[in-house]
Amino acid sequence: METTGGHTLKAFDEDMDELRALISEMGGLAEEAIRESMRCLIQRDYDGARAVVEADGKLDVLEAQAEAAVVRLIALRAPMADDLREAVAALKISGLVERIGDYAKNNAKRVQLFAEAGRIEPLSLLPEMARIAAEMVHNALDAFIQRDAAKAHEVCVRDKALDDFYNSIFRALLTFMMESPKNITESAHLLFVAKNLERIGDHATNIAEMVYYAATGDRITDRPRGHNPADPE
Amino acid sequence: MNAPTDPKMTARNVSVYYGAKQAVKDVSIDVSKEHVTAFIGPSGCGKSTFLRAFNRMNDTISNARVEGEIALDGENIYSSGMDVVQLRARVGMVFQKPNPFPKSIYENVAYGPRIHGLAAGKTDLDAIVEKSLKRAGLWEEVKDRLKESGTALSGGQQQRLCIARAIAVDPEVILMDEPASALDPIATAKIEELIHELRGRYAIVIVTHNMQQAARVSQKTAFFHLGELVEYGDTSDIFTNPKVPRTKDYITGRYG
Repeated sequence: METTGGHTLKAFDEDMDELRALISEMGGLAEEAIRESMRCLIQRDYDGARAVVEADGKLDVLEAQAEAAVVRLIALRAPMADDLREAVAALKISGLVERIGDYAKNNAKRVQLFAEAGRIEPLSLLPEMARIAAEMVHNALDAFIQRDAAKAHEVCVRDKALDDFYNSIFRALLTFMMESPKNITESAHLLFVAKNLERIGDHATNIAEMVYYAATGDRITDRPRGHNPADPE
Repeated sequence: MNAPTDPKMTARNVSVYYGAKQAVKDVSIDVSKEHVTAFIGPSGCGKSTFLRAFNRMNDTISNARVEGEIALDGENIYSSGMDVVQLRARVGMVFQKPNPFPKSIYENVAYGPRIHGLAAGKTDLDAIVEKSLKRAGLWEEVKDRLKESGTALSGGQQQRLCIARAIAVDPEVILMDEPASALDPIATAKIEELIHELRGRYAIVIVTHNMQQAARVSQKTAFFHLGELVEYGDTSDIFTNPKVPRTKDYITGRYG
């Protein structure tokens, strides 16, 4: 819905901008953690992976700040209609981004479990999966900042690609493990890495759904879902 | 238009003019007993003028003219056969500033039932006064000083006295025009709680500048702007997901 302009009370706009900036900063950090943890995995950069794990603390701090900003906004500004929906969305999104950071951190933690040498074939699919996941997070947060329902909807649609990737990797890793029991430890970890990326995609989708609701007041009803290996055939 | 199922009053294509100026433009709305209905909108949007059309208060303004139809239980209140005094007993009104008569608390409440012949005798009248003051949430505070002047009460108590006075003639509809805007937050909360308690017994229509108040006390909200009814719906929808940009800009504080 078109908005004619800023609030009569300028401080209200400033508070909203501050909240958006916080969420935006969180999104940037989470995105970076996804990309960086994957780079470290591919290049076996153990120091880099440790840095990703340490950097996650910043997301927790920002989440607490965003939460406080939303509570303050509701208490002091009594937001209504799309302002209220946006404040509630920001509260939920900050939690989701923090979880996304946790998944990226988990991937980074697994880097040290891989030997310097050695090559596992299914690894080749993971960087592309991480790229899509990071992009989904990026676009979902962009959609939030721009109150762009169409962009949010695109993110939801994109989630199917990530699900498909996960299914391919799942099958490839199963095959790989069946070839030799020696592969099982590393493959199991890679399966977790892939699962983490798939969960990141789900969280990005949840963010996009919140953005869509904040922007339109309605829920997305028609989002496509990929097949999950855990689903009954 | 999201109309209540069992309307107590119905307005159809109502326009109100002050001389040549049209203050209310072709408004249709239903109000019911099951809901408290709030009229919101910026100053000069016509909400109070429209409210006053519900019990023909505009008749007292010499150059005011009402077009269209407003019906109480299906009967047009602007028809020639309508007894306006009787109408105002059935459709009571509470104003922004508490305006008790300069008489005792008891007399303020007893006056209406007495002139309308609603009480059979002194005992009956006493019972009506007590019941009305109880419903208005004022009885406990004034029962030992019913002979004191109504004007000696605090602002919030005076407003509840005016509500008791409106209730005393057993109305079907109570119109409230900014009933709490001259009161402090505690007195306001008491009025709001009272509105909540009276809901269902009377059809209540409240005009308020205070959107939080509309959100707190009403189940239906109508937004007026420049004399037009812009949007009418469930209060929860109006405040979380208004459909019309003008409504949204007003309630989010982006007006103009």
